[in-house]
Amino acid sequence: MAKEEYGDVKFFGSGGSPYARRVQIALKLNGVKYQHFEEDIRNKSELLLKYNPIHKKVPVLVHNDKPIAESLVILEYIDETWKTHPLLPLNPYHRALARFWSRFIDDKVLPAIQEAAWTVEVKKREKAIEEAIEGLRYLEKELNGKFFGGETIGMVDIAAAFIAFWLPLMEEAVGLKLLTHDKFPKLHKWSQEFCSHPVVRENLPPPSRLLGFFKARYASITASK
Amino acid sequence: MSKGEEEVKLLGAWPSPFVLRARIALNMKSVRYEFLQETFGSKSQLLLQSNPVHKKIPVLIHGDKPVCESLIIVEYIDQVWSSPPSILPSHPYDRAVARFWAAYLDEKWFPAMKSVQGAKGEEERKALMQQLEEGLALMESAYHSVSKGKPFFGGDRVGYLDIAFGCYLGWLRVIESFSGLKLLDHAKTPGLAQWAQAFCAHDAVKPVMPETDKLIEFAKVLMAKAPPK
Repeated sequence: MAKEEYGDVKFFGSGGSPYARRVQIALKLNGVKYQHFEEDIRNKSELLLKYNPIHKKVPVLVHNDKPIAESLVILEYIDETWKTHPLLPLNPYHRALARFWSRFIDDKVLPAIQEAAWTVEVKKREKAIEEAIEGLRYLEKELNGKFFGGETIGMVDIAAAFIAFWLPLMEEAVGLKLLTHDKFPKLHKWSQEFCSHPVVRENLPPPSRLLGFFKARYASITASK
Repeated sequence: MSKGEEEVKLLGAWPSPFVLRARIALNMKSVRYEFLQETFGSKSQLLLQSNPVHKKIPVLIHGDKPVCESLIIVEYIDQVWSSPPSILPSHPYDRAVARFWAAYLDEKWFPAMKSVQGAKGEEERKALMQQLEEGLALMESAYHSVSKGKPFFGGDRVGYLDIAFGCYLGWLRVIESFSGLKLLDHAKTPGLAQWAQAFCAHDAVKPVMPETDKLIEFAKVLMAKAPPK
């Protein structure tokens, strides 16, 4: 498709943001031509604040001057608008399941992982680790193919990108062991498949920089006890 | 069995705004279903089996397939029983806007509403009430831009965002009653006040919307059972 056929597409993202990367991956999988606006979250642009006044966050997708915010909402929009690489199954029940697991990742798994990595207080950290492991167990059970989406990457895979790419780096930075090969053989294999997918690979942040960021963050929270 | 013949069950409870979403959607599509009410304070085997991850209502069981999470259930109902009236807007952008506001309500606005009764002290209560008011101001503005002069967020007919937001009206009235403050009324939120009336009077909503008095009684029972601070 020529650029004009996509309409005017603007994407507001920010390097390390896993939520922004979701949208970037989805756009690239669909071959959408867009203008990339890289935001510094400590110094947000006027445009970003104009397009997302409620949350003032990335990612934001603006299509023909109409803004959409919230990564999962954007993924659904991409799925409905550009049909090159569908992100959701057509079957209503499977569609409901894909939405369920995507929400589960955002509401339960990711917060538990963040808590497990960045909490210094021992009891709280241990509880968070348990919750994270329980969440990962559900996902391990749910994975029954190459990807959550079957043979191709779907919305759940994209939502779970954090687990495939950000989590191992966080684990290394803070000395956490969650996504181990023996406990989660399927998830482990999936994360490698996902990260090595040609489109995904090109649209993830540089690992060394992310690792450095996590190490610095960990150093600052353990220093200020 | 064709989809039209498969049995439909809804696990729920009458006071729950989330269960209400599913019931309104089923009513809009004229789907016959069995409403299985959970006993307050305990969870049935069927619930634990069909929603092992969250163990929460509502759960829609269509044939042998459980569908969980109220907004996901509404989308499922709209897709499976695809003849009119449509619940989701037809244009992808309008759908995105509706989903955005539904997510805002569930993730930002409702948690404030839930916390009001359990607020520790006047300071916290005031702050939460202010959050609710600010949220309603946002929704008033959203209503005007989304409805484009029509009665509902969905335009001429009740749609996804009407259902997502309207389900909270009963509990909002309970908070107004306990606090003695008006949050959604003709003075503060004129558009929403009119919308609320139209929504509650709608054929698909009226039979299943819990009465505020009953919710108030139920809230009193809940508060009596709550552990002392």
